[in-house]
Order: sequence, then structure tokens, then C-alpha cells
Amino acid sequence: MSGAATLPTRKDEAWRYAAVEKLREADVENWRQIDIAAGESARELLVISDGNSSETEVHRLRVQVGEGARFELFGVIASADYARVELDVTLGKGAHFEMGGITVGGRETVREFVTRTTHAEPDGTSNQAVRAVHWGKGTGNFLGSIDVVRHAQKTDAAQDFKGLLLEKGASVNAVPQLEIFADDVKCAHGATVGQLDESARFYMAARGLTPELSRRLLVQAFIGDALVALDDEDAQERLLQVALDKLDKHL
Amino acid sequence: MLKIDNLTAEIDGKQILNGLSLEVAAGEIHAIMGPNGAGKSTLSYVLGGRPGYEVTGGSVDFRGQDLLDLEPHERAAAGLFLGFQYPVEIPGVSNVQFLREALNSQRKQRGEEPLTGGEFLKLAKEKANLLGLDMDMLKRNVNVGFSGGEKKRAEMVQMGILDPSFAVLDETDSGLDIDALRVVGEGINAIMRDANKGVLLITHYQRLLEVVRPDKVSILAKGRIVRTGGPELAERLENEGYDAVMAEPA
Repeated sequence: MSGAATLPTRKDEAWRYAAVEKLREADVENWRQIDIAAGESARELLVISDGNSSETEVHRLRVQVGEGARFELFGVIASADYARVELDVTLGKGAHFEMGGITVGGRETVREFVTRTTHAEPDGTSNQAVRAVHWGKGTGNFLGSIDVVRHAQKTDAAQDFKGLLLEKGASVNAVPQLEIFADDVKCAHGATVGQLDESARFYMAARGLTPELSRRLLVQAFIGDALVALDDEDAQERLLQVALDKLDKHL
Repeated sequence: MLKIDNLTAEIDGKQILNGLSLEVAAGEIHAIMGPNGAGKSTLSYVLGGRPGYEVTGGSVDFRGQDLLDLEPHERAAAGLFLGFQYPVEIPGVSNVQFLREALNSQRKQRGEEPLTGGEFLKLAKEKANLLGLDMDMLKRNVNVGFSGGEKKRAEMVQMGILDPSFAVLDETDSGLDIDALRVVGEGINAIMRDANKGVLLITHYQRLLEVVRPDKVSILAKGRIVRTGGPELAERLENEGYDAVMAEPA
């Protein structure tokens, strides 16, 4: 059987910014299924860092969140030439999906979060925050689609993406995609891209912080937003550290 | 301690400082007054090394070092403190973390041991008390949500913690009500009135100078020092205005 036929191409919207040439057949066929029973909660922490990754890292999760249940995913992508964390989440009645993602990277790496959130029943809520910090010719992406079916009234969904470019040549892409068929819902999304605040950097320098330290503090504050919903300080610290270590090592 | 000689500087190709010369000895508080647009803030930014402010001539000697040769963070480590007219907000970074990192970064540059968390908190509490700033404010993010007066108090707490040998304070009194002005002024006295320290106090108004008595007062106009005198010069400016005082032969 030829693998080439089954591999996605950039014409496919969900793979638009992916490094598809790096894909192997095994990467895309493997979906992990998670079912969360009614009223239960589950949290996934996903770290792709140097030492635990190969050149291509594709993690695909299909998650069914039962009535009144909660699913959380917090992830840091800090390694691999091409890394993709893809989530297909379907929310039952009154279920909640919380996601915080961080991508960091330089060289010519591509690191991305791709989510498809389906509000299949009424009263579901979802909140996604992604922060991308890139340099060199690194790219960070967040492709997030939200589908609200016709009877999923009172859905409350939010998506927030911010990109920070530390050097010319780096890029980030945000592709929010909302398909809403119910009429009584809230769906918010925002995306911004910027650089480090130079007036803050001078202020910090005037207090004695070296350029490396001020950048580290500002980046830490920036990516910290993606982890505020993670109510486990140790885990928060660990994820933050992975991202900051990457920055320290390669910039 | 600080010797500025014939300094010229420009921003965006526009010359702002036109041969400014000024000397501040150790133990001295030197006030700079001047009309709007005279170059007061430019002087403080040039001394702090802000990017975009280009020195085109002259020299600045700070305790025997060529100040202009140092990066901004090196100037801080060498003992220079720049008080901002508009302190910058830094969301996501607490005052405590910011100041501890700043102090330890300075200490490291000077080859000194870093302070531990406990040592630092003790120091921060002491200085916050001195300036009447609630310790809870220091746990909040740097200047975020602070009123104008709180920002200026926080600047002085930072100065107390970092304990510089020389402070350039750019309109530290702006935005302060009378009570806050007194607290900040007394803070400056407590932290910087010292035989081994110096202050360049840039201000618009005489009021702060009633609390922080300057040893010398200079008038800055059109990018140069046009007159230097004692504290009585500030009083005359307040009463008679810049035009009248500057119109007299020096």
C-alpha cells in the first residue's frame, strides 16, 4: 500500500502551515481516543522538549467529554523540526474544555496547535489560550475551529492567541474558524502579534537587568497567560521552565 | 562625581542638547529647572542610555568612568539610578520578582553575592515602610493599575532597594498630591542625602525643593545650562518666572 496517497497536503486547510514534507504515514494515522464520563474531569499535560522528541512529532487526540465533564490540556511544544498537537474535542451538555498551549522555537522549525472543538449539546463552555514565541526562521501556529451545532444553545466559547516575534524572519499564524448554527451563544476569539516592548526593556535595563534577563522576564510574563488556568503550581512551573530553557539555550 | 562636559545629543536627527556642561560633587543635590522643551527629559534619558538618544559630542564622566561607554544595565550596576517621569507598566511581572532580579543582576555585575529571597524581602519591607507603600503593592505587577502617585512612590522604593550612589530623578514630583510629595521628598532625603551620594533632581516646581533642599540649582534652557545658583534661584524662578530671571545678565 502506498503511504503517499494518505498523507495530507497544504491544500488541506488544517495542514495549511504544516511542514507536510516531514510527515510519515505513522504520524497521521494514529489518533489517541479519550472518553471522559459524565461529571468526571481529566487533565493532560503534554511536553515536547529536547531529549524526548524526534524530528517529527505529531500528537492527535480525539476527546469525548461527557455531560457536565471537564477536559483540560496544557502543552508546551519546544522541540522537533515539525511538531503538531491536534485535538478534536466534542463537548456534551454542560461540559467544559480548557486548553493552554505554548510554542517556542527558532531555526526553521514549525510548531503548532490545531484544535477542532465541537459544541454538540447545550450549555457547553470552552476556553483556549495559545502563546507563541519564535525567532530565527521559526514558525508557530494556532489553527482553531469551533463548531456549534444547531441545538447547542448557551454555548460559551473563547479562543485567544498571541504571538511574540523575537527576531526578523520568525512568523506566527492564527486561523480561527467559527461555524455557529445556534442563535443563543457566545463565541469570542482574538489574535495579536507583536514584539518585545522596548520601553519596558529600557526600564528594566535602567534597573540593572541585562538584556537576556529582561527578555526572559518579559517572555515568562507573556507565555504565563497560557497557564493561568492550570491550578497545579508545580506543573505550571515545570511547563514554563521547558519553554524558558529553550529560550536560554538557543537565543 | 558626575561631570558633564559640552554634551550634545539628538533624537531623530533633531539636536536637543547643545553643549551642556554640569558638575555634581559627592554629597550634593543639584536641581535642574527649566521651561518645557528645554531638554530636561532628554538629559535624563541620555544619562540613562536610552536607545534612540544619540550623543553627538561631549563627555560624561561618572566616578572616573566614561558613562557613555556603558550599556544601560551597566550604568545601573555602576551606581546610577534613573527615576522615570512615566514609570513603565510591566504586566505579568511582580515588583518583588522584578526588583530582586534587578538587584541581583547588579550585584552579579559587581562581583557580589546575590541576596536570598528572605534577605531581599526584609530589605523590600524596610524600604516600602519608609515610603509608606503597602507591601501588598509590591506583590502586584510592576506599576500595573498604580495611580500616578503610587508609581512615583514605587520608584522611590525601587531606589531605596537598589541603593544607588547617584540618582537622576526626572520630574519625580509630577502627579503627586501635597502629602505624597512630602513622603517622596523625605524618601529622597533619607535614601540619597549622604556624603558619598549625589542627586540630579529635575523638576518644574519649587514645592519639592522645599522638602528636598538642593545645594545648587541650575536653569536648563535650549539644551544648555544658562545659569547656576543656590536654592534662592529656585525661589526667584517660582516668583518671577523663567523669562524674567533668564533675561538678566548672568
